[in-house]
Amino acid sequence: MPPLPTRNRQPSKAMQLVMYPLDWLEERSGLVGGTKYFLFRNVPRDSGWFHTLGSATLTAFIVQALTGVVLAMYYHPSPETAYASIQYITNDLTLGWLVRGMHRWGASVFIILLFFHAARVFIFGAYKYPRELNWIVGVILLILGMLEGFTGYLLPWDQTAYWATVVGINLNGTAPFVGEFLSQFLRAGAEINGDTLTRFYALHMLVIPGALIGLILLHLYLVVRLGVTSPPWSEEAAGRERPEPEPVDTGRTGLVQPAPRGGYKR
Amino acid sequence: MANGEGGSGPGPTIWPVGFAVGIVCILAGLIVSPVAVAAGVIIAAIFGFLWAREATREYRGTAEQAAPETAAAPEMAPAPVAPRPAAAPEPDMFDEGLDTTYSRSVFLEASTLGLAALIGGLVTLPVLGFVVLPSFQDQEYPDVNLGPLENFPENKWMITTFFRDPAAGEVDHRVAYIRNNGNLSFTIISNRCAHLGCPVQPNGLVAGNQRKTVKVIQEKQPSQVTLTPAAPSGFGCPCHGGQYDLEGNRTAGPPVRALDRYEYSIVSRNLVLNKPYSVAHVYGTGADAKIKAYPLTGPGQHVDGAESWLYPIQPPGR
Repeated sequence: MPPLPTRNRQPSKAMQLVMYPLDWLEERSGLVGGTKYFLFRNVPRDSGWFHTLGSATLTAFIVQALTGVVLAMYYHPSPETAYASIQYITNDLTLGWLVRGMHRWGASVFIILLFFHAARVFIFGAYKYPRELNWIVGVILLILGMLEGFTGYLLPWDQTAYWATVVGINLNGTAPFVGEFLSQFLRAGAEINGDTLTRFYALHMLVIPGALIGLILLHLYLVVRLGVTSPPWSEEAAGRERPEPEPVDTGRTGLVQPAPRGGYKR
Repeated sequence: MANGEGGSGPGPTIWPVGFAVGIVCILAGLIVSPVAVAAGVIIAAIFGFLWAREATREYRGTAEQAAPETAAAPEMAPAPVAPRPAAAPEPDMFDEGLDTTYSRSVFLEASTLGLAALIGGLVTLPVLGFVVLPSFQDQEYPDVNLGPLENFPENKWMITTFFRDPAAGEVDHRVAYIRNNGNLSFTIISNRCAHLGCPVQPNGLVAGNQRKTVKVIQEKQPSQVTLTPAAPSGFGCPCHGGQYDLEGNRTAGPPVRALDRYEYSIVSRNLVLNKPYSVAHVYGTGADAKIKAYPLTGPGQHVDGAESWLYPIQPPGR
């Protein structure tokens, strides 16, 4: 193996002091290199604002997750107190109106961005080989996102929530053969009752977000593995090999050993 | 391999015909009766098994038969390479009786996976049952006492609200439109729209100032029934505009059948609601109405005609 070209850039003592914890972490886990590998990827020269819709969607999801966790600290999923707890969050708690508003409007933002992102991928033809699996994962994410909307809509437990859920569940019920079984399962009984609310709450905050997070990680893994598609008008050939990153000699002792595999090569 | 199959493929057999009969039996059974479905499943399983056995006879054959096939593959290849060493373990696996060994690592792998599957199943099955089964158990509708008959004047519509299970609270609030046809005949129409289940409203005057509240005991709990006189000309749904006449027949909009009705009985001169049932169409009016009662079916589902074949089985327990 020929000697690697190096850029001699000795950091200052202060910088080394700041970097020490990172070096410590990197030497034991490779996480710093892994994060760099994830964040600092080559993308096609002519990728533009359209390519930011995916990360915008991810940001919207993170906002939903964080505000949702906080709202769960005050919300009561019980038919007697659910509506009152929403009123309490909105009217009495400091900044409760803002957090609930972020969650309520952010839900629409999330769904709209999901559709814009999917439309971008579709129009750019970015679902083609070898990215078909990522399209499939994305469609499942879209469905799960809409299920989040459906299950979350019941939780305010007002008239709109109740009757929208009646209609939504009965729509499921018209599916041939299995529809009525599906709707009775969703309702936790023949009619909407208190268990419907707790069931939707559990689905909304545990089951579906868990599945969403897992699939988002898979989605991102595939994006990193396969790279970003060039726009259709791009003159650059698609599927270009990713060049080896230029090794940097930072003088940090913890980074001399290359990551065993998969990590950031240097 | 693909070329070889053309020449030495399995000969014609009778088994696929029996398999097809089984499938037809299942599909017909979905419409006719569950017994036919069970019979179809059994027929399809037996003939499917026999068919699969027939079709795979060559591959499951003895080692002597398998050997020429593997030898044929290199001949097809344009550039013959060394006889594939990777294929060497394959004959071992299928070569029963000669020097079959079951190595320790294979045993450990299989037993670990099997044990994990067993533990996973033991944990998952009860949890799944807990998630699914309660939705389908004890779902029958209790009788509801609506109070004395005197509260239902003849030929007047009463908007009647009631609770089936007062302990459940407001979420259990239900509405029925009741008309006393005289001679102990009542028309009792559910307010659940046959489109997607929204509450249908009376099209006409509602005498809210004459509302009467009756205290009753329901499911051993104090409960109340409210009776509001109304003079509707029909019923309409606010959600998607479905319209019904006074017998609950659809007159316009998206509903697929007439409004559901309630069975009723009269106990000690009190009107008692029994089970609800579904109705395709009501012929005649009032006491002379001719109604074919179907088991209670979800909104949006046909109970008669070809479309009802899409909904052959309703969930048990109601």
